[in-house]
Amino acid sequence: MSEYGLNYLEQLEAESIHIFREAAAQFEKPALLFSGGKDSITMVHLARKAFAPAKIPFPLVHIDTGHNFPEALDFRDKLVEKVNATLVVRKVEDTIKKRSLTEPKGKFPSRNWLQTYTLLDTIEEFKFDCCIGGARRDEEKARAKERIFSVRDEFGQWNPKLQRPELWNIYNGKIHKGENVRVFPISNWTELDIWNYIRKNNIELPSIYFAHNRKVIVHEGQLVATSDYIKPSTDDVVLTKKVRYRTVGDMTCTAAIESNATSLDEVINEIISTRISERGETRIDDRVTEAAMEDRKKNGYF
Amino acid sequence: MDLLRFITAGSVDDGKSTLIGRLLYDSKNILIDQLEALEKSTKNRADGSVDLALLTDGLRAEREQGITIDVAYRYFTTPKRKFIIADAPGHVQYTRNMITGASNANLIIILIDARQGVVEQTRRHSIIASLLNVPHVIVAINKMDLVDYSQSVFNNIVNEYAEVAKQLGLDDVYYIPMSALNGDNVVEKSSITNWYEGKPLMQYLEEIEIDNDVNFTDSRFQVQFVIRPQTEELHDYRGYAGRVISGVYKKGDKVKVLPQGNESTISSIEIAGEEVQEAFPQQAIVIQLADDIDISRGDSIVKTENLPKVANELEVLLCWMDDKPLISGNKYLLQHNSRLVKAMVKHVNYKLNVNTLQQQAINDEIKLNEIVAATIKTVSPLVFDSYSRLSVNGNAILIDETSNNTVAAVMIG
Repeated sequence: MSEYGLNYLEQLEAESIHIFREAAAQFEKPALLFSGGKDSITMVHLARKAFAPAKIPFPLVHIDTGHNFPEALDFRDKLVEKVNATLVVRKVEDTIKKRSLTEPKGKFPSRNWLQTYTLLDTIEEFKFDCCIGGARRDEEKARAKERIFSVRDEFGQWNPKLQRPELWNIYNGKIHKGENVRVFPISNWTELDIWNYIRKNNIELPSIYFAHNRKVIVHEGQLVATSDYIKPSTDDVVLTKKVRYRTVGDMTCTAAIESNATSLDEVINEIISTRISERGETRIDDRVTEAAMEDRKKNGYF
Repeated sequence: MDLLRFITAGSVDDGKSTLIGRLLYDSKNILIDQLEALEKSTKNRADGSVDLALLTDGLRAEREQGITIDVAYRYFTTPKRKFIIADAPGHVQYTRNMITGASNANLIIILIDARQGVVEQTRRHSIIASLLNVPHVIVAINKMDLVDYSQSVFNNIVNEYAEVAKQLGLDDVYYIPMSALNGDNVVEKSSITNWYEGKPLMQYLEEIEIDNDVNFTDSRFQVQFVIRPQTEELHDYRGYAGRVISGVYKKGDKVKVLPQGNESTISSIEIAGEEVQEAFPQQAIVIQLADDIDISRGDSIVKTENLPKVANELEVLLCWMDDKPLISGNKYLLQHNSRLVKAMVKHVNYKLNVNTLQQQAINDEIKLNEIVAATIKTVSPLVFDSYSRLSVNGNAILIDETSNNTVAAVMIG
C-alpha cells in the first residue's frame, strides 16, 4: 500500500462520514434512529466524527418497544449525555393505546411489527424528512439490494422495483412532500467490520455484549432470557448459563449465545470462528419465513 | 488490508450467480444457517446438490421468476482483502443497473459462456466498462466443463476478446478458463486445465494492484457541509467538511475557491476533530481557510497551481435511466458530487450503439438504457475535470425535477 493508502476500515469510515454529511446537508429535518445496539452506537460514534467539533446536528430517535434490556436503556442515557445529543423517545406502548392496536400474543410477543406504527407517527409528529438507520447489507438478503438513500412513500413503504440508481458517490435525496428517505451510512459494513472498528476506536458497549450469567430457557435450540416479558411455562427448564448477546434487540426476540468471551478480543475471535450468521443465530423473528424481512421492509420497517 | 470493489457482468445463464455463490462458498464466507436456508429452498434438483445461484437472488419476486432484477451487494473477506461485489443482472433492459454497479468498481469480471464465445452482450458490457473507465478487467470463460476443458476453445475466445479489448482501449485484461459450477480455477487452481498458466480468479482478485488507480496529483475537494459550532469557545469556527476527491492537501497550501475565484491559504485540516498536517484521496476532512470568504455547499477548493475546468456548457456522454424518454430542451437538475445546479439538455448530438460503438444519427426519442452524446447547459458554472482523465471529478447525474428520479448517468467530456 502506498504512503497515502487507507485500509479497509478507514475507507468504510470515510464513506460513512461522507453519507452522514450528505444527509445533514440535503434534508431539513433528519433524525438518527437509535436502537441501543452496537450498530447504533457505532453510528453515533461516526456521526460525532462527521460533524466535529460541532455536536451532532440532528436528534437521536429511539422507538421504544418497552421490551428493552435495562442495560441497553442505561447505556443509551449515558451515551446521550456524554455526546451532548438530543434524544427523542417514543413508546410503542403509547401507540398501542392511542390507536387501539392488538398486542401480539404467544410466548414471544414481539412488538417488531408494531414499531412501524410508532415510527411513522414519530416521523409525522416531528416532520422528519430523513431517518438515518444502522442497517447493513450483509444482514439479510433483502437488505443486499437496498440503496444507501432509500426513498419511502408516505406510508413508509419501500418499493424494491422502483429504486433510484445510485452512482459513483452521488446521493439523490430529492423527495416530494410527505415522502421520507431512509439513509444507511454503514450499508457496506459487515458484522466483523463493526467489531473490528469498535476495537480500533475503543468504543464502549453495553455489558450484555460480553459474557455474563443469566437465567435462560431453551426454545428451539435458542437461549432466551427469562424476564418480565418472557415467563417460563411449567414445562420449561430454567437454566443459569454464561451467555453474551451478539445483537441487542427486544428481550422478546433476541436470543443469547453461550460464551466465555469477556473482552472485545475474545468476542472477535468467537465471531471469526463461528459459522452461523448474526440474524440466524439471535433473531427469533426472522426465522418465520425466508421472506420475513422483505415483507417487513415493504411495510415501512426500518 | 485494503478494499476492492468489483462487478460481475454476463448474459443471462452465463453462470454469474453461480460464480458469486462459488466465491462465497469456497472462501468460507457462507454461514451454516444461510446454507441450511439454501438447501431448504433448493427444490427438485436431481443430483441433490445446492444451487449456489440462490445465495444471491434476494427478493421473492426474483426467486419466483428465477432472474436477478436489481443490483445486489455482497461482501466477503480473505486474509488479504475485503471485497464488495456489485452483482448486476445481465438482461439487455438492465444496462442501467450495470452502470450503477460499475460506477464504483475497481475491477469488472466479464463472464463468457465457453460454448457461445463473445456475444453481443459481451461487447455491450465491455463497452460500458470502457466508458466508465473501470481500470481492470477479468474475462472469465465459464462452463469449460461443457467444452471438455478444451484449450483451443479457450484460446479462440481469448483471441476474439483481445480484438474487442484493443478496440475499446481496455489495457489490463486477464483471461481465466473456468467452471464456476465445479469450482475450476475459481478459488483453487484446477488440475484439469493443466495447460493454463495463469492464476485462479481469487488470486487475481487478491493481488491486482489498485493503489496506482488513485490520482495523487490533481488536488480536488468539494464542500459538502459547512461546520459552524457557534459555541462560546468556537465562536468564529467555520470549517468546510468534505472528502478529498483526488490529490493531496497540506496545511499552508495556497488555494482557490471555485467557481467564485477567491484565493486563500489552508490554515488547518482536521479529521474527526483532530488536526492533521496533510490529507489524501477519500479521506473525510474539514478544511479551514485563513480568510473569511463566502463559501457554501458544492463549492470547490483547489490548489492555485493546478486548476480544474470551469464551465457552464458541457459536452457529455450520458446513459438514460428513466422509463420516460429524454427530450432535448428539457430542464433537469444536475448533481456533480454535492453541487446541485439547474441544467438543460440543449442538444443531443448522436446515439452510441453499445454493441458496435458506432455513432448513430438521432431519429427517434432517447429511451431507457440508451447512451448518447449531448450538450448540457447549466445555470451556474461547474468545476470539473474530464471523465476520461479524472473520473472522480468528471461524473454527475441528472434528476427529473418533477419526479425527483435519477434519470441519467453523466460522464463529462
